Amino acid sequence: MTDDDARPAGDDPHPAIELRGVSKTFGEGARAVRAVDDVSLTVRRGEIFGVIGYSGAGKSTLVRLINALETATGGDVVIDGQTVTGLPERRLRDVRSRIGMVFQQFNLLSSRTVAGNVGYPLRVARWKRADRERRVAELLDFVGLADKAKAYPGQLSGGQKQRVGIARALAASPTILLADEATSALDPETTREVLALLRRVNAELGITIVVITHEMDVVRSTCHRVAVMEHGKVVEVGDVYDVFSAPRADASRRFVGTALHDRPSPDALARLRERHPGRLVTVGVREGASTGTELFRLLREHEVDGAVVFGGISEVGDRPFGSLTVELVGRADRVALFLAELGRHADVVDLGTAAHPLDDPRTLLGGRS
Amino acid sequence: MNRDWSTLWPILWESFGQTLQMVTVALLTGGLAGLALGLALYVTRPGNLLANRWVFGTLNVLVNIVRPIPFIIFVTLLGPVTLQVVGTTLGTEAFIFPLSVMTAFGTSRIVEQNLVGIDPGVVEAARAMGASPWRIITTVLVPEALAPLILGYTFLFIAVLDMSAIAGIIGGGGLGNFAIVYGYQRYNWAVVAVTVVVIIAIVQLAQLLGNRLARRALHR
Repeated sequence: MTDDDARPAGDDPHPAIELRGVSKTFGEGARAVRAVDDVSLTVRRGEIFGVIGYSGAGKSTLVRLINALETATGGDVVIDGQTVTGLPERRLRDVRSRIGMVFQQFNLLSSRTVAGNVGYPLRVARWKRADRERRVAELLDFVGLADKAKAYPGQLSGGQKQRVGIARALAASPTILLADEATSALDPETTREVLALLRRVNAELGITIVVITHEMDVVRSTCHRVAVMEHGKVVEVGDVYDVFSAPRADASRRFVGTALHDRPSPDALARLRERHPGRLVTVGVREGASTGTELFRLLREHEVDGAVVFGGISEVGDRPFGSLTVELVGRADRVALFLAELGRHADVVDLGTAAHPLDDPRTLLGGRS
Repeated sequence: MNRDWSTLWPILWESFGQTLQMVTVALLTGGLAGLALGLALYVTRPGNLLANRWVFGTLNVLVNIVRPIPFIIFVTLLGPVTLQVVGTTLGTEAFIFPLSVMTAFGTSRIVEQNLVGIDPGVVEAARAMGASPWRIITTVLVPEALAPLILGYTFLFIAVLDMSAIAGIIGGGGLGNFAIVYGYQRYNWAVVAVTVVVIIAIVQLAQLLGNRLARRALHR
């Protein structure tokens, strides 16, 4: 377990996970496939770090390099200051036992009860029976499945199975938890429950979590920082809020677009223009800059009428994020003054009028779905 | 020529005991050796826990060479080895040896087939927890495949029972031999019929037991 004060330290001499120029090639010669290509990453102690990418981007291989289920063909994997690349198999087992892992398909042992599954890593670690039973009871309590101890996985729902999976991954008190598409087989409601549990694992137990996903919504609600992967490479790393508000890589923009629906797509914009022939602008709403208040104050001040016609403000991490699309009606000079003033306070995109439309550069680039 | 049933019943009873002995010993020794061989075949498969192309290839070819040999020929072929191991090539005991060896090879394929059905994710999860290959074999592979394995062994029990019928060729006993010697060869069809009924009863019982145990092992 780590202390809370260790979290933001970007210059921690021993971050939870450090990848230095790591590569993984499967196969040889002409059929060789480079699943992970020269990836360098640092996962800080106590954070929830997201890795997002489409299937085949190499993220599942990347996560398996962290707990040495796969061995890197190049570069170094450093866990808690210990270089694990090149360690003999026996030593790697020790490393693995200190890293919990949760799977998309749960991977529970169907021949063992819930308690047997959660206790399995403790058997591997040669815990005494009494200690094992106490720890299993404690964990089932933590994930809210104390009444299911004697049930078999076949009798549980998907969400319950994943909670067993999480309890099992936590059993041997790991410092790192890897969640490989942990919610991809679950319905939206259960996904929220499981993500809430992961956040609780992070907040209450201080465990560093690496979340592998292809859903930007999972990153938005759960992660502190994120790495975007494409073709085996990390194309962008940063604070989730920064990636959402100013994605740099094309892949990042596409992912952000899938999680946010606050900006009108080109189709929606065309329909908006039919209904609202006046000047349309999209105003970004960010943390700190109280743009909402600003917007309405400036409308009053410049005697411009504004009607909200599209938009949405939600949270990224736990900070407000979104935008409002507003139709402006008023004298042209006042509208121009208003826009100039608003532009100093907020991120404004001018969409023009129905007669003189302007494109939203971000929706064009993002290729939003 | 035909003997009276009063003298036949004790012989039938004795033959029943011999069959049970042959099948039990062959299933225990051959079944266990076959489990080991089947596990070895599975874990050394390319991409599996202890993948080793050379070991897998050798075992695979070996099993493929032995299994197609007609059992009646295999018993004779193995004669010299049987002599070394058992001390004789005649009688029920001498027959048990080749029966066990063939059982082992038959078992290995059935075990391998049942293990292939295991979700590789479960093995990966155990690896991720730091479990050693040996621990994974004993605490994951075998328990996870237990229900189909039980059904596989039930199938084998019946196959071994079938193979044991030819024990007479090297002077062994058993129900099959009884039916041939006292029934078939003397045109006493009543003896054949009674023996076949006894064998069918054993098979029914074994299948019933196997199905029950398998259902219990399934946990669904």
